[in-house]
Amino acid sequence: MPAKIAVLAKQVIDPEMPMAAFQIDANAKRVVTPPNIPPVVNGFDENAVEAALQIKDSQDVTVTVISSGSAFALDVMKKPLSMGADELVLLQDDAFDNSVDSFQTAQLLASAIRKLGGFDLIICGRQASDWDNAQVPLGVAELLGLSCVALGKKVELKDDRVVVERLIPDGYEVVEASLPALVTVSNELGQPRYPTLRGIMAATRKRPTIWSASDLELDGGGMEPRLTLHDLFVPVSNAECEIIEGDDEVDAGRKLALRLREEKFF
Amino acid sequence: MAEGSGVLIIGETAGDELSLASQEILAAGRKVADDLGQELAIAVFGDAVGAVAQAAISQGADRVYAVTSPLLAEFQVELNLAAAETLCRETSPAIILVARTNQGREVAPRLAFRLGVGLAQDCLEVSVDTSNGKLLANRPVYGGNAVAVISCNQTPQVAAVRPKVYVPLEPDSGRQGEVVSFPVDLDESLVRSRVIEVVKEEAEGVKLEDASIVVSGGRGLGGPEPFSKLEELAGLLGGAVGASRAAVDSGWVPASYQVGLTGKTITPDLYITIAISGASQHMAGCSGSKAIVAINKDAEANIFKEARYGVIGDWETVLASMTETVRELVQE
Repeated sequence: MPAKIAVLAKQVIDPEMPMAAFQIDANAKRVVTPPNIPPVVNGFDENAVEAALQIKDSQDVTVTVISSGSAFALDVMKKPLSMGADELVLLQDDAFDNSVDSFQTAQLLASAIRKLGGFDLIICGRQASDWDNAQVPLGVAELLGLSCVALGKKVELKDDRVVVERLIPDGYEVVEASLPALVTVSNELGQPRYPTLRGIMAATRKRPTIWSASDLELDGGGMEPRLTLHDLFVPVSNAECEIIEGDDEVDAGRKLALRLREEKFF
Repeated sequence: MAEGSGVLIIGETAGDELSLASQEILAAGRKVADDLGQELAIAVFGDAVGAVAQAAISQGADRVYAVTSPLLAEFQVELNLAAAETLCRETSPAIILVARTNQGREVAPRLAFRLGVGLAQDCLEVSVDTSNGKLLANRPVYGGNAVAVISCNQTPQVAAVRPKVYVPLEPDSGRQGEVVSFPVDLDESLVRSRVIEVVKEEAEGVKLEDASIVVSGGRGLGGPEPFSKLEELAGLLGGAVGASRAAVDSGWVPASYQVGLTGKTITPDLYITIAISGASQHMAGCSGSKAIVAINKDAEANIFKEARYGVIGDWETVLASMTETVRELVQE
């Protein structure tokens, strides 16, 4: 039987959108979804898709992408399929908020993973670019009792184990973990591949599996909110920049050095 | 876990000493414990716990749990987690604080999930609402473009605090505290992952995290070669070289150079940015700098909103001239 790999992916507001479009609804304590900017698959999750596809390039494996959310843009979420993933499972329900409460999101995903019969390897992005929580993958590993390696930059699937080059502050370490395992990956893994025309055609024909809350066996206690959001605001920077000008750029560079010397920075 | 009392810090050691991040979080914890009128404890893990316990007391702890097992001689995440979970269940703290270090970023979420409670992640500030004992946490979201204020609904309330935000308390050898021996029974079979090789990729010289002056380059440099010019200036200033994520993603420098939300957090006295636009994801890693310098040709770049000194112009010309002047000044 081919090994089963799952990738957990999240649809997010495009983090590359112009700053002018970034607005907060203070009453709702939410970031306003910008009307004319389509959402994207979270960047680190595309790295996770790439990690899974690199394994699929040389081994007989299936790659299932699983996502939870309340309103999916189907063409966006099909991108992993057009890159080469086999299946897409969307957990879609108005109740699936996926913002502040990582505990709930991890419960949903863990429940779907159980329903799908489990996986040998689950690969996730290190964090989502909206709430930057970096909790859901580790939570899924805990809820399902999986081995867990965070912050991978290279992932290899061997017979009974996964070998991960894991980022540490001064380089990386090579970690071996038993299967089933969950690995999170970072952008250091490298650029995700582009969808091919053939991939896009194949993805068009694929229908995602869509489950709502009633399709999942959710434990009431587990779904109780763990966190309360009291406020959400844009921080104000009060730095005032002293622009150093000169006769020309050479002079400006010289004056900058003199100014920093004057302020005793060196 | 229902009721709870006191603040517990999950500590980290570096050799025979308390890690700097643990010293910082003792300062944060001391304030929280005082506001609550409760005790501050710290857990220290090892095969034996020695002088580090007294050091923790001198820096703010009322109690030190010396969590020991022969299997805790080296940090191993599953063993450390099992020991921490046992301690938390037996001592029922109201609040658990973890420094979000390389270890803490993995330990904090996994511990919170094991305890069935929420985690306030990557906090810049923690405080207490004394009317109800709630821990309020400020944390950056959306790459630092927004700040959320959150609290935990269950006990224990768990928060992971970003390093280099709090300043350690001055050690006071007269402070009194209690060292409680807490041996744990761990089984080797808990180990699911092991490190088989460590590869160091750090630049020589001053460490980026420790440097008082950092010179960083971004996408605008256009390639790997210009980093030698940044190194030249950093060398003259006794500083280190960093980079934005764009420069790392382009393969110009190793990942260990990256400053930002997903890279290193640095707090130098002077942070000189060369051709860095100053996206909030980058600023998240350097906003604690005492002063930021921006050299960028785009007058509208966000970096000028964060910088104290700026030059608008071609980085190559400005940097070359600046470097020559610095050379003359330091040789005087």
